[in-house]
Amino acid sequence: MNDAGIYQGAALPVGSKGRLSSGWWGMCTVIATEAALFAYLFFSYFYIAAQAHGEWPPGGPPKLLIAVIDTIILVAGSFTMMWGERGIRRGNARRLLWGLGVTIALGAIFLVLQSIEWRSKPYSLSTNVYGSLYFTTTGFHVAHVIVGLLILCALFAWTALGYFGARRHSAVSIGVMYWHFVTVVWIGVFAIYYAMPYVAPG
Amino acid sequence: MIDSGPLRVPVLARVSDDPGIEERLRRIWETGPGLIGWLSTVDHKEIGKRYLVLSFLFLLIGGIEAGVIRAQLGAPDQTLLTPEQYNQLFTMHGVTMIFLYALPVLSGFSNYLWPLLLGSRDMAFPRLNALSFWIFLLAGLFLYASFPLGMAPDGGWFNYVPYAAHEFNPGPNIDVYALGMVFLGMSTTVGSTNFIVTLARTRAPGMSLNRVPILVWGTLTASVGNLLAVPAVSLAFFMLWMDRQVGTHFFDVAAGGQPLLWQHLFWMFGHPWVYAIVLPAMGIVSDALPTFCRRPLVGYTPVALATVSTMVLGFGVWVHHMFATGLPPIALSFFSAASFVIVIPSAVAVFAWLATIWTGRPVFTAAFLFFAAFVFLFVVGGLSGFMTASVPVDRQLTDTYFVVAHLHYVLIGINVFPVVGGIHYWFPKITGRLMNERLGRWSFWVMFAGFNLGFFPMHIAGLLGMPRRIYTYGSGMGWGPVNMVITLGSYLFAIGVLLFLVNVWRSLKRGEAAGPNPWHAPSLEWSTASPPPVFNFAVIPTVASRYPLWEDRLEAGAGRSSTEEGMLLDHGRETIGTTVVGAEPDVILRMPGDSLAPLALAVAMAAIFVGLLLHSWTTVIVATGALLLTLVAWLWPSAALGQTMEIADE
Amino acid sequence: MTGGASRLVAAAVVVVAGFAASQVARAESSMSYLTTFGPAGDPATRLGWGLGLISIAVTVIVTALLLAGLLRRRQRADPKALAVASDTGGMAWIYVGTGITTVILLACAVWTIRTISAIAMPVGTDLSLEVSAAQWWWRVRYDNADPSQVFDTANEIHIPVGRPVRVELESLDVIHSFWIPKLGGKMDVIPGRTNVTWLEADAPGVYRGQCGEYCGAQHAHMALSVVADPPATYAAWVADQLAQAPRPASSDVAAGLATFSRHCAACHAIRGTDAGGILGPDLTHLMSRSTLAAGTLPNTPANLLAWLADSQAIKPGCRMPRLALSARELQSVARYLQTLQ
Repeated sequence: MNDAGIYQGAALPVGSKGRLSSGWWGMCTVIATEAALFAYLFFSYFYIAAQAHGEWPPGGPPKLLIAVIDTIILVAGSFTMMWGERGIRRGNARRLLWGLGVTIALGAIFLVLQSIEWRSKPYSLSTNVYGSLYFTTTGFHVAHVIVGLLILCALFAWTALGYFGARRHSAVSIGVMYWHFVTVVWIGVFAIYYAMPYVAPG
Repeated sequence: MIDSGPLRVPVLARVSDDPGIEERLRRIWETGPGLIGWLSTVDHKEIGKRYLVLSFLFLLIGGIEAGVIRAQLGAPDQTLLTPEQYNQLFTMHGVTMIFLYALPVLSGFSNYLWPLLLGSRDMAFPRLNALSFWIFLLAGLFLYASFPLGMAPDGGWFNYVPYAAHEFNPGPNIDVYALGMVFLGMSTTVGSTNFIVTLARTRAPGMSLNRVPILVWGTLTASVGNLLAVPAVSLAFFMLWMDRQVGTHFFDVAAGGQPLLWQHLFWMFGHPWVYAIVLPAMGIVSDALPTFCRRPLVGYTPVALATVSTMVLGFGVWVHHMFATGLPPIALSFFSAASFVIVIPSAVAVFAWLATIWTGRPVFTAAFLFFAAFVFLFVVGGLSGFMTASVPVDRQLTDTYFVVAHLHYVLIGINVFPVVGGIHYWFPKITGRLMNERLGRWSFWVMFAGFNLGFFPMHIAGLLGMPRRIYTYGSGMGWGPVNMVITLGSYLFAIGVLLFLVNVWRSLKRGEAAGPNPWHAPSLEWSTASPPPVFNFAVIPTVASRYPLWEDRLEAGAGRSSTEEGMLLDHGRETIGTTVVGAEPDVILRMPGDSLAPLALAVAMAAIFVGLLLHSWTTVIVATGALLLTLVAWLWPSAALGQTMEIADE
Repeated sequence: MTGGASRLVAAAVVVVAGFAASQVARAESSMSYLTTFGPAGDPATRLGWGLGLISIAVTVIVTALLLAGLLRRRQRADPKALAVASDTGGMAWIYVGTGITTVILLACAVWTIRTISAIAMPVGTDLSLEVSAAQWWWRVRYDNADPSQVFDTANEIHIPVGRPVRVELESLDVIHSFWIPKLGGKMDVIPGRTNVTWLEADAPGVYRGQCGEYCGAQHAHMALSVVADPPATYAAWVADQLAQAPRPASSDVAAGLATFSRHCAACHAIRGTDAGGILGPDLTHLMSRSTLAAGTLPNTPANLLAWLADSQAIKPGCRMPRLALSARELQSVARYLQTLQ
């Protein structure tokens, strides 16, 4: 440093420094605002549940089987994704492709199971306020899963094109962060819509 | 340690040693010619100016609506407007001023100024910056789309259900509002994201967090607030649209829904929003008023902390908009007390401004008059807010003209006055020309007199029991004289605004040349030419104190900033990335070039909302496909930006 | 700032303040809550005056400080020079100013919380009303354990002086707000919930009220009044209201009733006839009320006829449709309605 304090240090990375690209910060803000969105959805659920007359949820607590499998699938997907991402950090693009491929498959299974779950419900979006809340909240989540899958597919293609390696993979880190967020939101949905009615019946 | 890709030692340069620097940078940063260039530019200064111009257009539209409203209310039993016309006009007046003027105008200032204040060459995400503008423009048009058909939103800006439900309001009025607000919210969110990341990433070396101007604190706070608050209102409007068009029951009592859910979601958003549209304006004053007092702001740290704590507290007082909804006394007491507490940070700011004036040596420019008057208007608006914080008093005051007076003192006093003062202050920077001082003083006095004459009596109308949002009143109510004064005063205020616009127009053509720093101000934007070159700074400045351009006039120990010598960064569009707190350089950032993708994305989004409004599912699907394709193209990893293994030219 | 400009400000302040004082003193509009007339409103009114005077005092002090800071004499200096040599100083302003503000706020918060309990409904109110708000009128039902003592009226509430009256609020459509300024603050009327407020007048009189929450086209014309009567007058009024409508005393009046039954009875009830509609106000004792159409018009024969002839011209958008009646039929309906004392 000279007396003006002008930078005279070592060479600086160009573009991004490891995972900490501008996009990484951007994704943090996206997750903050999306998390707020789900927080308001959950608030709406509790606000309406607290003032409900009669049984809540109407018709008793929901069946758990598919939702539990869903949870296992999404959590497993987060782990396979983490495994793949660790691969690219060491320059192993093949391992990342495997990680992405398995996670995409798990995500697709989640979507199939979720559509079965939706069809099994005796109520719809327009039956009563519980149906509106349930389908809107899980619908928002499914929309996020679809967006997450599109992101993972793009990452798969870009990885296959050889764009990423140990030095450059911030796009992967950003996409993976989003996918983890989708998993976390599902855990929230599961806890509130599926588990809580058993723990604290209304 | 992660291997970070190609490395480079930034070349240092001295502007005076190499006159070719500026020409080289200009070629790198210049926007292409013609319409395509105009549509694809990502220059923050251009976008900032567009924000300012468009939000002022909306201010004028909202003002014309107000003028018609005041003609209707100037005397008892007027029949200029039908009730339905009146209801659409007052709703659109509120929507326009609050959503299409008050925040966008501040985004305009911040978009224009942030990189200049922070010593950077652009925002962190230049293309997102363009996107947020295009969405703002298209959402504004969308919200006005049904106005010419006489089917504009008519539920008031807070649009309470069930009046806004399909059963009581079956026309497209409310659907336009609901979808338009979800759409506009995306602009706000994208803009907020950009400000936050810009603050985190692209400050000049040495511009540590405790040195950024208060305007930056204000906009940062507003952006974080918006990021967390906007989802509440977007969700509420989306639920409302679903209730109206898809058959859900969120607000429908008959199927277990709750009308008050709307109010909670709306005000959880609404109150932080109110702070989002005043904190950056307060920041303008905190930065510009001291320049004319010829001293640094008294209490930089308390004012910055007050800014942040106002927003934190602002998330905990939403219920004070609902004091008359029949909540239990314990909740009322809590939210009432919280609403008193939020006065404290405002007091910090007021006394900081007063102390700055007292311990400084004021220079009475037109800009300064606006800032000094702002302090007075802030106190009046703050105190009427203090009165409504008290539940038992509020249950009389709420929904009367007293509240109308309060919110106009807040929005005009704390937003419009600093904005107009800020334009006088930065006009020479933006255009290279000074505004006419004499006309500036005239416009100030007419605006100030008209504002107080027009809006102070609204307090009295409220105390005389006049409810807000009534399209007429009988002559026996005793509200006639006070309303006549309000109408005349507001017209006088409008004349003041017109004088200001005349001044802008004349000064654009004939204003005196300004030079880089006409006010002898302390912050970085004044170190570059007026108007600034497209690349902002020929070399990246290095900041050593809070007041880089006043270091020669303040006591030693403040450090020596450098604007003359610094990093050149001319391998394409580049700026420096620094650490979050200390602003140490840690990466050379590659900035994207001009692009049509933001416009394409905004148009695709608009098409989705139009499709939803018209129930044209084909449009929605096609537009969603276009949106996804645009996104993939936009996000495709680029070698030039250093997003792939290869990087151009390293 | 020039001396001329500051004189201008001073003059403007005097004009505005003088105007304010004259308005407050002169008008005392029927909706003003600067004075109230009962224990449900008085503690809040005192608090409001207190906070208002504090606000005025603070405004005056801060404005004086601001003007003094702006106008005190200073040496002219080189425009580039600064008034101070360091970034510090002046902090005492913030400490003292914020300190005093905090103390005032604490005191006001305590006063507020005490007032919230002071205006809570007293226990053991034995008189209870159900007020239902609809676009754009008020239905009033006087509750009683004895069903034969229950009756409906509209837009005009009578209460006995000096007795607390419990008011249960329900909405028949959208959100409204029940507000009798001279007796107390607003209470919103929200679909799906029953909010409770109370009224007590300590002086006889007519206290006007108006809907306090925007509720659509005719929000401006949704008034009601509370008439506080001495106990004996109140008892007589209740007895009158319980009575059924008189039978038509002439054939002309009977024709009016017949027309009414054909065209109006789907929405309006008149006890003692077969008109039993519930969508509009109960008209059994229409003539006992002082206004028509929720405070829109004084209840005079001419206004009644005008209202029947073209309600949509008087209150555009209101729920009462234009009636397909000849002038003669309108006259006879009006004559019939005028018998409903």
